[in-house]
Amino acid sequence: MNEKVEDAPAAASLQVLFLEENNMSEPFEPVIIGFTCNWCSYRAADLAGTARVKYPPNIRLVRLMCSGRMEPTFVLKALSEGADGVLITGCHPGECHYLEQNYKALRRFLLLRRTLSQMGIEPERVKLVWASAAEGVQLAKAITEMVEEVRTLGPLNWTKQLERVVENGRNGRVPTEMLFSEEPILEEAVL
Amino acid sequence: MSDNGQEMKTKPKFAMYWASSCGGCEIAVLNIGAKILDVDANFDVVFWPVAMDAKYKDVEAMPDKSILLTLFNGGIRTDENEHMAQLLRQKSQILVAFGSCANEGCIPGMANFSSVEEIFKAAYDSPTTENPEQIRPSFSYDVPEGTLTIPVFNPIVRTLDQVVDVDYFMPGCPPESAQITAVIDLVIDVLHGKAELPPKGSIIGAGLSAVCSECARQRDVKKITHFRRIHEMDEIDPTICLLEQGVLCNGPATRNGCGALCPQVNMPCIGCYGPAEGVVDYGAQLMTAIASVIDSTDTDEIEAILDGIPDPAGSFYRFNLAHSLLHAGKAAFAEN
Repeated sequence: MNEKVEDAPAAASLQVLFLEENNMSEPFEPVIIGFTCNWCSYRAADLAGTARVKYPPNIRLVRLMCSGRMEPTFVLKALSEGADGVLITGCHPGECHYLEQNYKALRRFLLLRRTLSQMGIEPERVKLVWASAAEGVQLAKAITEMVEEVRTLGPLNWTKQLERVVENGRNGRVPTEMLFSEEPILEEAVL
Repeated sequence: MSDNGQEMKTKPKFAMYWASSCGGCEIAVLNIGAKILDVDANFDVVFWPVAMDAKYKDVEAMPDKSILLTLFNGGIRTDENEHMAQLLRQKSQILVAFGSCANEGCIPGMANFSSVEEIFKAAYDSPTTENPEQIRPSFSYDVPEGTLTIPVFNPIVRTLDQVVDVDYFMPGCPPESAQITAVIDLVIDVLHGKAELPPKGSIIGAGLSAVCSECARQRDVKKITHFRRIHEMDEIDPTICLLEQGVLCNGPATRNGCGALCPQVNMPCIGCYGPAEGVVDYGAQLMTAIASVIDSTDTDEIEAILDGIPDPAGSFYRFNLAHSLLHAGKAAFAEN
């Protein structure tokens, strides 16, 4: 906290050395998409902001009117387009502004979780957290914990990995001229 | 063949090709019965492996865009499939992704849940296969006379539009013969100047709604307390929606056009006509719908109800995996 300004460049070059030695271009910063509901969890995040309770900037919040609007398509779109994790938040059970719709979010989340585990996506990457409008500190803590968990898991890079595998499969291929040429590939056998 | 003594007009060329497929689409086309004579009357069939003899080099020798209409069915599993997709795109004016495999991967696409190693093990090392030396195919093999090659097996199944530009999409596993007849009639009308082709990129031979809109069963409020597979049902009410009776039916997210034939014979829809209009990810859409109508608000109870769907990924992505947002399971592309 009382770092001298002169120390900053030295610290930065040490970090660069560390990264180079470990073959990393830059430290992995997880990208988390956070779906918040207008009435409770978004207000909780807002409260954390106004109360200066820090939570990491890795999370990008998307405000929905209700967690019941959340559908698995949103989560899959996020994961396939570069997110490393998705946090779904909403009002506590029984406190949904629209009465029962957060239960829909719960049911969709539970079904999605089963499908994702079959697809090979770690369960820590998609989480459901209830947070009331007064729970700014708790939500900030949950976000911080999730960012660190996903940091440990590493980047998801789903589509990039897929594309690389398709390309590698291509590179291993037999040239098509060999498949379709008119000239006989085999010399005449001597009988 | 002359036509009332007038000069013989060259008939437009037609081709149909099967990539990684089962042959059902070809059967569905032949199942149009006498209508096939209309196809013959209006088209010159230049390439159709199931029905006539032609070689790949015959296709290569054709001028670009010389084939008017090509129906391409089957997924892209091997280099041969990809080569023929590129070749037929080059030689065709209108390329149709015909059937579920070419549109969304279909059953071959489910191999995207497994690694290449697992697939080969299932094919060459199953309980009913005698392969004591654990032989696996190799794509290139040197023999004294030269090098033998076979098409390379791609690690991921892809759809036709993930490989080439596609003009029209005709879903179904297979497309219903009545729909095929309707599309052939449309194309013949277009040839005679009586109709216009739909906009490029359209889905043809299918509807704009979900299977439920064609289903004869009665639909009411859905409150599902448990799921049962169809063979586990003691009694099936033939008049009421299958989903309401606890049978997992994919109708709500599936495109109509098939006539909802399966529910009519007490089989739940499994989704062979692909996503309904406006659906971004088929499996996700189904998860949304099914989870919404489960009648419980308690986590443990919900989990117990969901245990009635033993294989959600397989049930919800049976036909659509290769075209879904995630495209494959991690096993298919994780590093060995």
